[in-house]
Amino acid sequence: MSECPANLKANPLLSRWFRLDERPLMGVRSGKVELGQGATTALAMIAATELGLELDQIDIMPADTLHGPDEGYTAGSFSIEHGGAAMRWAAAQVRELAAQAAASVLGTTADQLVVEAGQFRRQGHNEGVTYWQLRDRIDLEVSALDLPAPVLHGGTIDGKGMQRPDLVGKLSGAGFIQDMSLPDLLHGRVLRPDHPQDRLLACDEAAAQALDGVVAVVRDGHFAGVVARTDEIALSALALLRRSATWQRQADLPPDDGLNGWMDQASPLSTCFLDEAQPGPSPAIRHAARYSRPFIAHASIGPACALAQWHDGRLQVWSHSQGIYPLRRQLARTFGLDHDHVNVTHAHGAGCYGHNGADDVALDAALLARAVKAPVMCLWTRADELSWSPFGAAMRMELSAGLDEAGQIVAWNHAVWSPTHLARPGFGDGVNLLAAGDLAQPHARPPLADAPRPQGGGDRNAVPLYDVGARKITHHLLPQGPLRSSALRALGAHGNVFAIESFMDELAALAGRDPLEFRLAHLSEPRGRAVIEAVAKAAHWNPDDEGGEGHGRGLGFARYKNLGAYCAVIAEVEVAETVRLVKVTAAVDAGEVIHRDGLLNQIEGGIIQAASWTLKEAAGWTQDGFKTRSWADYPILNFSEIPAIDIVLVTHNGAPSLGGGECAAGPVAAAIGNAIAHALGVRVRDMPLTPERITQAIHA
Amino acid sequence: MGAQGQDLTINGTAVTLSVDGDTSLLSVLRDRMDLKGSRIGCTEGYCGACTVLVDGKPVQSCNTPVWSVAGKDVTTIEAAERHPVLSEVQKVFVDLQAAQCGYCTNGIMMTLAGLLGQSPRPDRAHILAHLDERHLCRCGVHVRVLKAIDQLLAQSGGATA
Repeated sequence: MSECPANLKANPLLSRWFRLDERPLMGVRSGKVELGQGATTALAMIAATELGLELDQIDIMPADTLHGPDEGYTAGSFSIEHGGAAMRWAAAQVRELAAQAAASVLGTTADQLVVEAGQFRRQGHNEGVTYWQLRDRIDLEVSALDLPAPVLHGGTIDGKGMQRPDLVGKLSGAGFIQDMSLPDLLHGRVLRPDHPQDRLLACDEAAAQALDGVVAVVRDGHFAGVVARTDEIALSALALLRRSATWQRQADLPPDDGLNGWMDQASPLSTCFLDEAQPGPSPAIRHAARYSRPFIAHASIGPACALAQWHDGRLQVWSHSQGIYPLRRQLARTFGLDHDHVNVTHAHGAGCYGHNGADDVALDAALLARAVKAPVMCLWTRADELSWSPFGAAMRMELSAGLDEAGQIVAWNHAVWSPTHLARPGFGDGVNLLAAGDLAQPHARPPLADAPRPQGGGDRNAVPLYDVGARKITHHLLPQGPLRSSALRALGAHGNVFAIESFMDELAALAGRDPLEFRLAHLSEPRGRAVIEAVAKAAHWNPDDEGGEGHGRGLGFARYKNLGAYCAVIAEVEVAETVRLVKVTAAVDAGEVIHRDGLLNQIEGGIIQAASWTLKEAAGWTQDGFKTRSWADYPILNFSEIPAIDIVLVTHNGAPSLGGGECAAGPVAAAIGNAIAHALGVRVRDMPLTPERITQAIHA
Repeated sequence: MGAQGQDLTINGTAVTLSVDGDTSLLSVLRDRMDLKGSRIGCTEGYCGACTVLVDGKPVQSCNTPVWSVAGKDVTTIEAAERHPVLSEVQKVFVDLQAAQCGYCTNGIMMTLAGLLGQSPRPDRAHILAHLDERHLCRCGVHVRVLKAIDQLLAQSGGATA
């Protein structure tokens, strides 16, 4: 790397990233936040490596919009690729600044020094000088852009036996935003309807206000909430509001047929963004198929939570948002404040897996806190968490292709219909915080948009990596569907890769070829080939295994976003009354690995979550509103359904780090679908791949 | 039911709380005792993030009224150092980094401590059935939890079949 990374260029002041204080610790502050994925540990390891410190000499400071670097969202598997690159460069510059200061103290030159556990010394000498002894001689109020390009150390840290510092605390007591305490903290709850198209008309505010311990009932347009001395009282007051509430239905929902039939009536914004269609001889064989996935819930185990406090017209918020800077700007816009009158400090939440209610509850807390003279913690109910958090968007994929006489693909069409996969606050002009649209002076939502290419939203991974002749790829962006949608881990890659890789198996069958050989015959990309070959070897792929009798195995492959990590998966299933996922083998090339055990943990979790989406999950609705108000309505994979998992990391010398948390989603879905087809001889093209759907397919 | 004295033992200390008997045990632990290691999850007994031990047995504290534990012994994750089985479970979880976000983990560890503290010690299938019924994990850290269970059963000479 010879150029200053983009995230550091945008935040060049080294003091935003590092702090040397009186304690023998180096404070490190990234703009990337801990979402339970271990990112802050990996970033601290990068900093420790470059600084010549032990990990326990690093103090990981919370991301904060007043003091830290602005690195946008913590999303898209970019924490290490972008955040890590900036951290590495900045840390190396701090080390070089300190080495120069150490050299002048020790009467030598910087190139004669080594640094270990924070101490600089001449090679062969025991005496040295530490970062902390040099504290007054190291000026961190300096721009990275004014310093020379540093020498980077780099390297993988195995991490076996290494403990994530944040987990040690969480696994013995407090550690989450829900556990925070502030002097005079009050507790807030917000009233939300059971139907996505209902708006509050009236509720008995006086009854709630009369409850002992209620400090305020807050009403602003269609927004209503309560603030009380304890959360229990707030819940009792909320129950009174709910019981007395009258609602206005703005629209009815279309029927939910489980197959995205509502999409037939929606008017898409269509973009054919790749059109290589060329006149040529008619292919020998044509094939077409349609696939779908439903809305999927983020379903965090912890309900959304935020704390807010107003002081002298300034707003302080604690949030588990993935994007504290965008949230700060959205809050400032909502309240008509200057950005620097709002500070958002990150606090750890339960895993979110994308854009859930974290940002929305931050505005809720700020609205409630404005009515009282104390900090307020606002917590969502389980029912609201499962229905008012945005959902991962439903998708429909239609694929068609032609095969020539040799059984090679000669033309490929892929069309995908989906509402947006990216409605994060701060994306587009407007305010995308739930309550902002309910206020007496409402803020408009941003115009319809999706994540831009090349990463893409609904069209993420819609372009196959295979050599398939002329390609035509169309993205039909639908207006908001029956449920509100936004970023869920992997965005459109889950549906598109499921479709592409199912279709590859269908084409291979038509051509009478082995699915593995068929893929390799259409793939020239060497790193893609390498992971497919690695997974085939690890799972002992046998081209002569004809499956059947309820036993099957299937393959799935993708390069995440066509820009990120490469992942190939083989799933083995036993299908009887239910689908038992026996084993998942994955081969992943994520470039340079920073924290091996952390990466493995992310890939394992990605595999299990994707298996759960694919086999079990669907968020539906009825004419009465949301169907997902409790865990009973939304089953996820449980402990006895967990497959054996084997992960092979394929290394590629000198390749930069790529995030690993999302790469498995699509390949896992496809591998399971292909394994079921291999076991039964019939294919289910609509997720979730439930026993009912499999039975239907058998009898079709 | 109005506020009244509730006598119970929390992590080895006898306490008398002036609290409505219908108050959930979870709320008592978190809000009155400042023991935040038992998590707020679903508050309806599905996810298990709030699990504690009552007289050694795993109980979901979110839907347990405090009157029902009067006179009983409540153990939370904060008492791990004084509870040999719980401390063993915690050590294995930390060693294996059997967590991602960690929100569900303390509840799972409490359940395992409760089950592994029973005599005779239940087998793996029984433990999994119990976890299926009472615990959810969304990060997908199950494989590591299963590894932790196998290691704990092996350490105690229990069957892993």
